[in-house]
Amino acid sequence: MNSGGIRGNYLLEGLRRLGSVALFLLQLLGQCVPVLGRPSLLLKQIYNAGARSLIIIMLSGLFVGMVLGLQGYDLLQRFGSEQALGIAAALGLLRELAPVITALLFAGRAGTALTSEIGLMRATDQLTAMEIMAVDPLRYVAAPRFLGGVIAMPLLAAIFSVIGLYGAQLVGVQLMGVDRGTFWSQTQGAVALHDVGEGLVKSLVFGVACSLIAVHEGYHADPTAEGVGLATTRTVVASSVLTLLLDYVLTAAFL
Amino acid sequence: MRANRTLEIGTGLFVLLGFAALLFLTTQLPASGLKLGGAKAGFRVTADFDNIGDLKVGSPVTMSGVRLGEVTDIHFDPKDYKAVVTMRIDPQYKQIPEDSYASIETQGLLGGKYISLSPGGLDTYLKNDSTIEQTQSAIVLENLINKFFANYSSSSANQGSAQPNPGKPTDNSGKPESHK
Repeated sequence: MNSGGIRGNYLLEGLRRLGSVALFLLQLLGQCVPVLGRPSLLLKQIYNAGARSLIIIMLSGLFVGMVLGLQGYDLLQRFGSEQALGIAAALGLLRELAPVITALLFAGRAGTALTSEIGLMRATDQLTAMEIMAVDPLRYVAAPRFLGGVIAMPLLAAIFSVIGLYGAQLVGVQLMGVDRGTFWSQTQGAVALHDVGEGLVKSLVFGVACSLIAVHEGYHADPTAEGVGLATTRTVVASSVLTLLLDYVLTAAFL
Repeated sequence: MRANRTLEIGTGLFVLLGFAALLFLTTQLPASGLKLGGAKAGFRVTADFDNIGDLKVGSPVTMSGVRLGEVTDIHFDPKDYKAVVTMRIDPQYKQIPEDSYASIETQGLLGGKYISLSPGGLDTYLKNDSTIEQTQSAIVLENLINKFFANYSSSSANQGSAQPNPGKPTDNSGKPESHK
């Protein structure tokens, strides 16, 4: 795989990595159905990726929503339309901020944990041991973690949206004095079901991307202490960049 | 066993919260979204308008600023060239006079459109499938501005010597201008 001629050739190495990720995705998808038959494995990973990210997601959502309320109010009151604050906050959160920030936080909080965990399993030959015991590590280690992340992400993003909206309401209504009824009725009038759907699709795609990268990097990490560290760094960088890139593509597709 | 229990409770909590949030976002937030329990109760009233501006399905229907219901359907009547707006009024508002007046107004300066009902004087009340006869169309801001400038330029032409001064719109009733 790492022959001397290829090493240093960044283009080929990049291509190889892309192909390796794509093949890995196919392998994982093939293992997803058997994983559904082992709900205890999946449950543990949903707990790890989702439930343990809950605090950071809720806290971030609250503050992002509050900042939206503050900034949105400051901007909108110049045009005398501060009653549109709810619309600005809701659409901003649902379409963009909730999926993207959740994905970035997920990459930092859960993605790194996945990579270093699987990478360390690789480095300590646990994965090889499984293979010797005729246990497919792809099925028992990689696929549940991948699927857990994919399931957790949309739920986390939805929680982020709701908490953020209440954060915006907290600042806009309680602090700045926008009418509460107007805030919610304007929001309800402007938000359509497809806005919620857009956020949902986005967070689902981000969930696939971030979990895939995290699991792939761990699974294919160099089996050394340095290799695991590098793989963890790559997970954060690649997940973040890919999330923002995919976000642009998806937004363009939805508008 | 204990660790497994916390794990299951934690996951349960997370999934519950997540789906509660999703449920809120899909059913409560969009006014035209899926409503739990099917269509809301109430009675339907229609009204014909010459121009509805950007009134949308889901826009509020109010009287004295209080929300009574919402717009449920808008379609075009090709015979009279009018927009037919169907609205749902909450069932507790049974005593809206039949000759009430419906006008399309704007929330704030640039906000969305809504229907405002003004009570009439009759003792018969709106019921299911009634039609509101007296309506006033949406005020289109551009038309208003055009009309204003048309009036303004014709009146300044009549005065002959008046300076065009669009920055300070004064009334056109022939009062002497007080500013210099």
